[in-house]
Amino acid sequence: MSTLDDLRKIAEKIYSDLEKGKVPSITLASRTKSNIVFDDRYRVWKYGEQKTTRSAVSLPGAYMLLRTIYVMDFIRKMIEEGKTSTLRELYYISEGWGEAKFNAQDESDKLAEDLEIITGRMREDFKLRPEEDGARVIGDIVIEERTRKGEKRRIHCQDDVGDAGYSIPYNVEKDKLNFVEVNADKIIAVETGGMFDRLVENRFDEKSNSILVHLKGQPARSTRRFIKRMNEELNLPVIVFTDGDPWSYRIYASVAYGAIKTAHISEYLATPSAQFLGVTPSDILNYDLPSDDLNKEDVAALQSELSDPRFNDEFWLEEIKLQLEIKKKAEQQALAKYGLDYVTDVYLPEKMAEMGYEV
Amino acid sequence: MPIAEELAKKQKQISVAEFFEKNKQILGFDSLNRALITCVKEAVDNALDACEEAGVLPDILVKIEEVDKDEYKITVEDNGPGIIKSQIPHVFGRLLYGSRFHSLKQSRGQQGIGISAAVLYSQLTTGKAAIITSKIGEGFPAHKVELIIDTKTNYPRIIKEEMIHWEKKSGTRIELFVRGKYVKNRKQSVYEYLRGTAIVNPHAHMVFIEPDGNEIVFERVTEEMPSQPREIKPHPYGIELGTLLKMLKETKAKKVSSFLATEFSSVSPSKARDVVRRAGIDENKRPHEVTLEEAKAILEAFKGIKLMAPPTDCLSPIGEVLIKRGLRKETMQLSPEFISTDTRQPKVFAGTPFMVETGIVYGGNLPKEERVEILRFANRVPLLYQEGGCVITEAIKNMDWRRYGLEQKGGKGIPYGPAIILVHVASVNIPFTSESKEAIASVEEIEKEIRLSLQQCARRLKTHLSKKVKKEKAKNKFLLISKILPEIARKCAEILNKPVPPIDNVITQIMNIVWIDDEVVKKDGAVESRIRVMNYKDKKQKFVLYAEIPDRKFVQAIEPEPLEVRDRIIKWEVEVEPAEKKEYVFRMDGKEVDFDENNLYVLGIDPVNVVGAEKWEGEK
Ligand SMILES: Nc1ncnc2c1ncn2[C@@H]1O[C@H](COP(=O)(O)OP(=O)(O)OP(=O)(O)O)[C@@H](O)[C@H]1O
Ligand SMILES: [Mg+2]
Repeated sequence: MSTLDDLRKIAEKIYSDLEKGKVPSITLASRTKSNIVFDDRYRVWKYGEQKTTRSAVSLPGAYMLLRTIYVMDFIRKMIEEGKTSTLRELYYISEGWGEAKFNAQDESDKLAEDLEIITGRMREDFKLRPEEDGARVIGDIVIEERTRKGEKRRIHCQDDVGDAGYSIPYNVEKDKLNFVEVNADKIIAVETGGMFDRLVENRFDEKSNSILVHLKGQPARSTRRFIKRMNEELNLPVIVFTDGDPWSYRIYASVAYGAIKTAHISEYLATPSAQFLGVTPSDILNYDLPSDDLNKEDVAALQSELSDPRFNDEFWLEEIKLQLEIKKKAEQQALAKYGLDYVTDVYLPEKMAEMGYEV
Repeated sequence: MPIAEELAKKQKQISVAEFFEKNKQILGFDSLNRALITCVKEAVDNALDACEEAGVLPDILVKIEEVDKDEYKITVEDNGPGIIKSQIPHVFGRLLYGSRFHSLKQSRGQQGIGISAAVLYSQLTTGKAAIITSKIGEGFPAHKVELIIDTKTNYPRIIKEEMIHWEKKSGTRIELFVRGKYVKNRKQSVYEYLRGTAIVNPHAHMVFIEPDGNEIVFERVTEEMPSQPREIKPHPYGIELGTLLKMLKETKAKKVSSFLATEFSSVSPSKARDVVRRAGIDENKRPHEVTLEEAKAILEAFKGIKLMAPPTDCLSPIGEVLIKRGLRKETMQLSPEFISTDTRQPKVFAGTPFMVETGIVYGGNLPKEERVEILRFANRVPLLYQEGGCVITEAIKNMDWRRYGLEQKGGKGIPYGPAIILVHVASVNIPFTSESKEAIASVEEIEKEIRLSLQQCARRLKTHLSKKVKKEKAKNKFLLISKILPEIARKCAEILNKPVPPIDNVITQIMNIVWIDDEVVKKDGAVESRIRVMNYKDKKQKFVLYAEIPDRKFVQAIEPEPLEVRDRIIKWEVEVEPAEKKEYVFRMDGKEVDFDENNLYVLGIDPVNVVGAEKWEGEK
């Protein structure tokens, strides 16, 4: 069944309710925190069994139904015309929808997510994309991308790109992007731009035969999906390299297990086999890294991670407890204490060796 | 030699100027801004007092002109009874000279300091004389006097004196040159003082000309003079030793017992004899011969006997209706959604009659996130300073406003929200905390009355707010069924390429109520109330609808024919078929009534099935 058919089904449900003289409604998974459960099989976070009903009995429910229909109609037109729009454009376009108009962009963003939940499809299928620009990739891999003109282009992510690397597009599904050839044997996902650039300048992609991916803080959906596809289709292990603070551990968790906001599509986005390299609290001690004191929020975040099932294993429990003890955090770039090459000559090779990789 | 005279000797030794300098703050002249306000205030308060005493509707002009940097000329002119020529120097040139000093009567002036302090301030800061023009009636000449106060002798000195022709029937004009600062858009400003004055003096017409020439008119909202406050004798419970001694000295009574019976209120001849006996004084003793010790014994004896409270008909309240009109007029540009006012019965503290009136203005363009505005008044005079030290503020802080729909941290302190709270305390002797008359002392009885009165207004606010929430809900439902649902049906049909499905059934299910909607429209001096009843249930509904009216004598037309009209109520029998809509209208004369919100009730239908009216509980 096509995306259009799935959307059409919503309209048909509403229509048939009205025909039968019933108050129209749609049922979908409840998006509250209490309805987020850990899926042990996939090792990702997903929505649980709780359902919620959007019914025209109340004004907000009725608005939601009306807007759903308008958004559906808008998506149908985009699919027919081969266009896409950003979530922001969707919000502005609704200006012309009379009563169905959105009052704020988070309303339209949320509705797009609701549609994903109802249809079990992804936003990309609806031709909707976020504004955020894609993260960057450098490494020995050849990608085939379908351009705007409809032609297929092959890009070697070392030879055909500048130092900024290959930019991940918002749609990384098979209709848009495929992997043609790969010689690298692992993926290193890097949190900060500064460290990514350092690794690129030091040619660590070549030296370690890795594909370097810049996460840009909390990674966008397309970045996570891109990593997941490389992991699954090319069988490449994923290593995550971030700062040494509780927020960075959550970045790792969203790559590995999925984030709460996108729990309905965790199995598309999360790479459960991704491994955390550092910076760990032990690294702060072992490498005697320049560090900052933990602030109140840091401590609270660490404490909440102690009871977070995503971190419920020996490694994380030990590291988090250690960090609470030493009350310190360190940035990736603190490694520069020992010189610009230290991270690529000493730190990464040592850490990767510990994890069983040869560099 | 009596102590007072000894003191008087000493008083002459310090110059008035020095005295003034030391007491600047108490007198209200401690900053340039405040000094300007105080001068205007003293003159305007006197003008209003004078007009009221003479029984004329006040027409007051206030003009402020900038003469130099930080120097202003203040002109205040009234249409009061005027002041006879020989009195002018005393009134304006002698501190502690006034007609109300020893009188127990509700008036703005209380101490006999006000205007001469302003004259002194003017002279000390600019060196210029005060100019007073006054005319006492038709056929009399007007006298124009320029005077200064001799700071050595503390006596007025006339610089210039002339007779002039003045168009006015009677009245007084005072012109002062003062060092000051003119500020706008601030709570403590001449404008705010006059605005407050306008609210609590709805019978006054005032024109204010600002230094830049801008003219502001405060219109009169009633032609009715406030009732003349009656002068009363002091009540024994509130008397102080000094006052008693003075009264003993000045009385014409021959015997102590008759002195007590004639010069005090609530003291009968037999009670008077009782007091004298308890104090151990011969009842035939001449009052002038009563000693300090004996006077103390009298005070002690007063405490031991039971007396009736003083008469309270000496007070002149503004009244609920006029406060409301004053508030409405002065907050018009904020278009508030609700105003409620309350006037309490007179009460007594320490033998002194007083009464409290309050009002609450809510909503419109009043700022939602800020502390509420507090308007404090004592004997119809706005209090602008020392808000923190006033019993009015204290009473407001000690109420839990959260119950009534305002925000308040921890249920204490000044509440937040789009509201103005007005409190007016009227008394024959307001217990001010100091001579600047800016804050009322913390008197338990007064605080209690303020609280009870505010609670009354606040309860009505609460009712209004919950009605509003219900209405809002009903409005949402109406939007849902009249706009959103039809649009859902239309758009769905369009997408699916099918005919638009009927939605009547769904509407009945969503509403499942009888919906009552009303509006009050004012046009051509008439007030029209329209009540619409819509049946969104699937069966025919029959019930009785009650609409509250201020008084049947104002009601001019009722449609359709009501079941019954009583003093405060109109009753209709309502019968509506499913999906049917009916309208009920009554019209009133808008000049006389103050009607801006309907109160609707129903009987003979389960109230849960009705939106827009309460259950009829019988007439209160
Ligand atoms: N505009 C006026 N018209 C007629 N009489 C006036 C006017 N202004 C003042 N008086 C008379 O002068 C007296 C003195 O006024 P002043 O303001 O000094 O004292 P007060 O008003 O009695 O008390 P307070 O000190 O509380 O103001 C008043 O009591 C009143 O009799
Ligand atoms: Mg006065």
